[in-house]
Amino acid sequence: MDVRAQLRGFIVDNFMMGQDATVLTASGSLLELGIIDSTGVLELVGFLEETFQITVEDDDLVPDNLDSVDNLVKYIQRKSNS
Amino acid sequence: MEFTKDSLKIDPEQVADELCRTILNQIRGTLKKSGAVVGISGGIDSSVVAALCARALGPKKVVGIMMPETDSSPDSANLAEVLAAKLGFDTVTENISRGLVGLGCYRRRDEAIKQVFPEFDDSYKAKIINPGNILEKETFNFFNLTIENEAGESKTKRMPLKAYLQVVAASNLKQRLRMTTLYYHGELRNWAVVGTGNKDEHQQGFFVKYGDGGADLKPIAHLYKIQVFQLAEFLGVPDEIIKRQPTTDTYSAEVTQEEFFFGLDFYNMDMLWYAMEHDVSPAKAAAVLGLTEQQVEKAYTNIKRKIVATEYLRMSPLKID
Repeated sequence: MDVRAQLRGFIVDNFMMGQDATVLTASGSLLELGIIDSTGVLELVGFLEETFQITVEDDDLVPDNLDSVDNLVKYIQRKSNS
Repeated sequence: MEFTKDSLKIDPEQVADELCRTILNQIRGTLKKSGAVVGISGGIDSSVVAALCARALGPKKVVGIMMPETDSSPDSANLAEVLAAKLGFDTVTENISRGLVGLGCYRRRDEAIKQVFPEFDDSYKAKIINPGNILEKETFNFFNLTIENEAGESKTKRMPLKAYLQVVAASNLKQRLRMTTLYYHGELRNWAVVGTGNKDEHQQGFFVKYGDGGADLKPIAHLYKIQVFQLAEFLGVPDEIIKRQPTTDTYSAEVTQEEFFFGLDFYNMDMLWYAMEHDVSPAKAAAVLGLTEQQVEKAYTNIKRKIVATEYLRMSPLKID
C-alpha cells in the first residue's frame, strides 16, 4: 500500500469513525476541518514513527509538515530519504 | 476600533461593585444558598474570588478550604492563611494526599513517567512543560516531561501520547478530589461552591472538567488575567500573593502557568486575545504591542486553536431532545 493510502486509511479509521470520508481532501487542514485536535496530532505522530520508521523531531511538529494529507506525504518522503 | 496599551484597564471599584451584586444575587436569589465555599491556594485568582465573596456576603458567610497534597508548595497554605486573616473569613485545611493515594493518583502518574524515564523514583521531581513560544513558531501543542534529581540535574523528553494521557489523567484526580471536598463543605453548610477560574483558563481550556471547572458560579470567568491583577490590588489582596509567579501547583517540580500552558506572558497574551476578539488588524496590534505582524498572526492562530480544541471541556453533558 502506498504512503498516501496508508495515511488516509489511518486518519479515516481513527479520527473519522465512519463519517463521510470525502471531506478529507488532499490539501485540507486536518485541524480546520475538525478531523484532529492537539491530542490527535500526537496520535498521528505515533503512527508515523511506528509505520514509516522515522523519528519526528520537536522542530518538525508544525502545520507545514503535519496538517494535511499532501503535507504529510511530502514530509514522510523527505524524512525517508534523509 | 481603538486599541491601545490601556484597552484592558478597568475601573476596579466599579467592576468589584458589579461583581459583588451579581455574586449576592446568584447565591441568594438563583441558587438559594446562604454562603460561599472557596478553594483557596494562595494564588491570585482564588484570593480575588474569596475577597469578592467576603465583600458581597460578609466574611462570616465565606469559608476558604485549603487542600494541600504531597506535591503542593508550602507557600500555598501560608499565603492562603495570610489572606484569610486579612479578610476575616474562616479556613479549613483538608489534606487530600491520603485520598489521592487511595485513588492511585501518584502510582499511576509515576508508572507513566517511568515509561519515558525508567530511572525515575522518589528522589526525582517531575514537571510537564509546553515548550512552544506562540509568538515565535506556529507549532502544534505538545508537552515535554522534565525530571530533576536532588543535585538539580534535569533531563527532558517529549512525551509519547500514551504516557502523556496517563500523567494528565492521574494528575487530574487532584482537581477532581478537590471539587468533591468543596462540595462536601458546601452541602454541610448549604452554601454555594464558587469557582476561581479566570477567562484565560476558562476559554483556553486550562482547567479540569468536573475538577476545578466544577462549581455553582464562576464570577471571574469573563475577566482577563491582567484584569484580575487590577482587582486584586483594589481588594487589598496581600502583595506577596499578587507578586507570586502563577504556578500550576500540581507537579512536584515547580512549573509556571506560562511554561505549562499559555506559552506567553499574561500581558501580551491578554492584549493579543482582546485584539483578536475585537477584530483589530495584526498590523495595528503589532504596532501597539511592539511585535511583528507575523508574531501577532501566529498568536491569533494559536489562541483560536486552543479555544476550538478545548470546546469539549466547556460542554455540558449532551442530551437527546
